[in-house]
Amino acid sequence: MRKTTPSQDFVRGIWQENPVLVQMLGLCPALAVTNSVKNALAMSAATFFVICCSSILVSSCKRFIPSEVRISSYILVIATFVTLADMVLQAYAPVQHKELGAFIALIVVNCMILGRQEAFSAKNNVYRSLLDAVGTGIGFTLALVMMGGFREILGTGSFLEYSLFGPNFEPWVIMVLPAGGFLTLGFILLAMGYVEERKKEKESQAAEVLS
Amino acid sequence: MSDQTLFSIFFSAMVVNNFTLAMFLGLCPFMGVSARVETALRMGLANIFVLVLTSLSAWFLNTFVLEPVPYLRIISFIIVVASLVQIVEMVVKKLSPVLFRQLGIFLPLMTTNCAIFGLAIFQTNRGYGLVQGLTFAVGAGLGLTLALVLMASIRESIEFSDVPGLAQGTGLVLIIAGTLSMAFMGFAGLL
Repeated sequence: MRKTTPSQDFVRGIWQENPVLVQMLGLCPALAVTNSVKNALAMSAATFFVICCSSILVSSCKRFIPSEVRISSYILVIATFVTLADMVLQAYAPVQHKELGAFIALIVVNCMILGRQEAFSAKNNVYRSLLDAVGTGIGFTLALVMMGGFREILGTGSFLEYSLFGPNFEPWVIMVLPAGGFLTLGFILLAMGYVEERKKEKESQAAEVLS
Repeated sequence: MSDQTLFSIFFSAMVVNNFTLAMFLGLCPFMGVSARVETALRMGLANIFVLVLTSLSAWFLNTFVLEPVPYLRIISFIIVVASLVQIVEMVVKKLSPVLFRQLGIFLPLMTTNCAIFGLAIFQTNRGYGLVQGLTFAVGAGLGLTLALVLMASIRESIEFSDVPGLAQGTGLVLIIAGTLSMAFMGFAGLL
């Protein structure tokens, strides 16, 4: 087991190992429901709930789960919480529920959640696992809201349904269509790659100066 | 029961609402095993097989078992999908060890492949009957295969061109996917 401090567990999921932007996990919901910030927020909230609850349950029950059937047990735990989230959303936010449609049920097959259970909760105590889950959940939310923001601002000229640019703005309809999802994520990754490259260049220059 | 014609279900699942390019289902294998055309084709075929089996069992469950307890759908579907994938994995391992090695981790990952679980959910939500469900499954599977093979052939021919180092990898794949998705939007007016 790697030695990490609790704060590292928490921060790691937000930036260094951001589930969507770095690990490329959970791409399906990240692309499908980010055509507006509102949908992105609803989706993130549901995912956040599911990942925290399953992490708590898995890490507290890890002694009773035989390792041969651990994956199926994790999936069952996740499916239970997804059913809960689905019902709660249907009861309290029927409009959002209708808009997200089958993608709420599809949280079950979000690789990110299963990945965290297998990689972290199965080996660590409840407190650490909860921190890790919250960090990963925040990272997921950040990525989704960022994508939703880009796509909504460019695609409809508004943010959270408040108009930004007035009636003269010509919306890029493509951004709210499926193709826009791929392009947005592609460009975000390119930008991140560029930043990383600059950082490395600066480091190597600094090393040269020192030597 | 839905009253769509079989042809429109098939065509809509295959190109207009292509699972990968228009609905973002099954992206993990789309990114992961789309480097070689041959592997992509085989992955697509394995997907069609699992999709058809899933459609059959989802219809069966829905009609005979889940009528009184609709809230158990998510849990029971995921169990069915997981066990189906396990069976397919064993069969592939026995019949074609080479393919088993090529597909690697993506075969067990089919359990968490949104395309397969999504098919079961969409089929239920739209109220497809047995034959409609099977048509939907075959159409969706062919659509996935089409997207995978297209992507793989583009990636194979890109290999020798001079892409800036920065853009290599997932970023490039996503932008190609975006362009493909734009091309598929052209089908939108057909139905």
